[in-house]
Formats: sequence, C-alpha cells, structure tokens
Amino acid sequence: MTAIIDYGVGNLFSLKSSFAYIGEKAVVTNDPDEIMNADRIILPGVGAFGDAAKKLFDSGMADVLKDAAAAGKPILGICLGMQLLFERSYEYGEHKGLGFIEGSIRPISERVDTKKYKIPQIGWNALRIVKKDCPLFKYTNDGDCVYFVHSYYGAECDKSLLAVTEYGFDVTAAVGSGNVYGTQFHPEKSGEVGLKILRAFCEMK
Amino acid sequence: MITKRIIPCLDVKNGRVVKGVNFKGLADVNSPVELAKYYSDCGADELVFYDITASAEGRGIFTDILCEAASSVFIPLTVGGGINTLDDFDRVLKCGADKVSVNSGAIRDPKIIGDAAKRYGDQCVVLSVDVKRVDGKFHVFAKGGREDTGLDAIEWIKHGQDSGAGEIVLNSMDTDGVKKGFDLEMLKAVCDIARVPVIASGGAGCIEDFVTLFKTLPEVDAGLAASIFHFGEVEIKTLKKELADNRINVRL
Repeated sequence: MTAIIDYGVGNLFSLKSSFAYIGEKAVVTNDPDEIMNADRIILPGVGAFGDAAKKLFDSGMADVLKDAAAAGKPILGICLGMQLLFERSYEYGEHKGLGFIEGSIRPISERVDTKKYKIPQIGWNALRIVKKDCPLFKYTNDGDCVYFVHSYYGAECDKSLLAVTEYGFDVTAAVGSGNVYGTQFHPEKSGEVGLKILRAFCEMK
Repeated sequence: MITKRIIPCLDVKNGRVVKGVNFKGLADVNSPVELAKYYSDCGADELVFYDITASAEGRGIFTDILCEAASSVFIPLTVGGGINTLDDFDRVLKCGADKVSVNSGAIRDPKIIGDAAKRYGDQCVVLSVDVKRVDGKFHVFAKGGREDTGLDAIEWIKHGQDSGAGEIVLNSMDTDGVKKGFDLEMLKAVCDIARVPVIASGGAGCIEDFVTLFKTLPEVDAGLAASIFHFGEVEIKTLKKELADNRINVRL
C-alpha cells in the first residue's frame, strides 16, 4: 500500500487515480500510523515552497517523514514534493526543507536568458538519465519525455542526481539518496512513461 | 529542449462532445472520456475540456465527466468555459483538472486572475483571449466572441500575465474557422510581450499550418485546434511526425 501524504497542498485526484490505474493500492492520508504502516510514501505538492514547508513542519508531518525515511521506507517527492526533500529553498526568501537531499532550490531565471526560456518551464521535455542503474528508471529510456511545470530547480545536488532535462542548462529532473527519491516532473501527468516510473517505484522494497 | 505541444480542444455539452464524428476504433465518438483516451493514445500533449453548458445540471454532468477522464487519461487537462469565480476553479480542480482557463470571467472581474494565481499557483491559471481586428487594432471580445469590449488585446494580455496568468491562449477570431492557417501577425504581436507560454488557436486547417506556425514563430509554445482533429482532417500522430521531420521538437 502506498500512502499519498495529504498536508493541505495541491490536488491529489490525478495522483490517486494514477495508482488505481496501474493496479496499486494507494490512500490519501495525514494519519501518522497509516503512513508508518504503508509500504511506500508519496510526497506531493504544488504551490510555494515556504507555505508547504511550514505546513509540513507545523503539522508534525516532517517528523513522520523523517522517521519513515530512517526506517528505510521508499519515499518519492513529486514536483514541489521533490524540492521539499532538499536542505533549503530560495523561493521568496530562504526556507528550510526536510534535508534528505543535499542541495538547495533556486530560481531557473538565475541560469537562463528569460527572453529565450520562459518561466515557468511548462511542457514535455526529454529525460537524460545520469545514473543508469537507478531502479526508479528501470522501465525508462534516455529521451523519454515527461511533463514539467516549475520555476525553481534543484541545485548543488550532484551527489544525488539521477536525471536531468535540457532547458538552457541541465535542469535537475530527478534525485535520489538511499531510499528517498524525487522527481521535478509529474509522473502522474506524463502518460505511459510516467505510469512506468510510478510502477517502478511501487516495485521498490 | 522543451517540445512544442499539440492540444485538441473538446467542446462538451450535457456530457457529450459537440461536433462528434466518425473515428475508427472508437465505440462512442460523442463520449468525452473515450475521445480523451483516443487523443492521449494518439500523442496529444494536453487536452482542453471546454464546458459549453449553461445550466447548473449541465455543470454537474461536466464535472462527473471530468473526474472520469482524469481517472483514465494521464496527461495534463485544462478546463475552460463558465469559469467566473474561485469556487469554479475549486470545482474543476477537485475533479482532476490541472489548469483552468478564464476568458469572459476575467474581463468581468480581472481580480480573479491574481486571486486564483495566489491560491493555486501561476501555472494553474490560463488566460484565454478572443481577439479580432477592429479598425486595425486588436480588440478583446467577450461572451464567446459576441461582445467587443474595446479593450486593447496586447494591454489586456500584459495585464493578465502581470497579475499571475501562467499561460496565454490566443484565439484569433479573424482566422478562426477559416482553415487557412494561424494568425501569425497577431501571434507575433502577443509573443513580443509575452513572458509566459503562448498557445496559438484559430485557423489551423492542415498539417502544413502547424509547421508554418512553429517555423515562423519559434516562440509559440503550442498549437490548439478542435474540429480538424475531431473530423479526422488532421491526425495527431501524422502531424507530430511531420513536425519532427521538419526539425520541430515534439514528443513522439
């Protein structure tokens, strides 16, 4: 069973549906016991980093996630959920993250000519898998396209970099450290390619 | 490099697709859910569900359909039509929409753009604009193109993106339905001031029109059309292959 963390940010309808579609049981929950009893955890999120981080820390969910990570449960952060795994973010000020992934979240606009590269990056972009033996991408090929929507990106995270996408520079597309994974793109909105990534995540022990 | 998107638009009335037609291998061509699945399988990069029902009952049917589509189609879904309040945003987002497009609702109450962007994020708010030339100027039209607001389209779009719209759909009423190609002049004028993605709509009649669009205006991010896809005049798979052959970056 997969626990999709509900901490009051974003719309979890599609995410929950995508698990049902691939035949995996998933529950949307904020109950610590249910989360600790799940086989794996999804940390979703859209919106601003500061608000979401505050909700995670204030609700005690950050501690639950830390316990789950320490217990070796596979965790997958999606979009803002991936960004929250990092140590800190510079989205409107400076905010502390969960710190599972070494690095920080920075604006894409710092790195590209925004006349040429629009912010947010919205649309389908190709993956280049950096870590070839990564279990998350066991059904994914270099060049497969996935759906991105974001204005900030994961920086200084070379050690945990799994895949990048080209948007004026090599933008962090996926990270992983131990049992903790994150995708900047939305697998639940990335058609067959995305569903295969969710399937691979569900096969992790 | 990010790919150019091809977006079919489905007009939905009382739970059925308006202008449904014959498709091989489709049991029910008027079913929005069946059609959405079909387009997704053909390689559509995104879908727009446009609600053209007016009644409250119709609205309920529409959101049921949306839920059903979002349970079986895993590409981005945009919903438009009848979006006037934040409650309308809420209603469709809860049913699996990823983005919501506002048109007349934003003209009536421009504050909705900023309010929605604050609550749901810029990426969620699409500003859809119907534009027609009046005395050589680009005017914004409201109420499905029936009412000239007198607003200057370029100023309106600037205002929209400054308020938090994350994407612009530009529908040229001058080329819409003519099927002789997108309105490149109008699109250029909008792209010159746009900081956010621009989606071209109105005028596509054949594959070549999409090639011309992306070749002439590489800053356009996506092409949207309805009837040419529904009537099978343009097949999405063939279209994307043709774009790729013309060195336009698409998802195959």
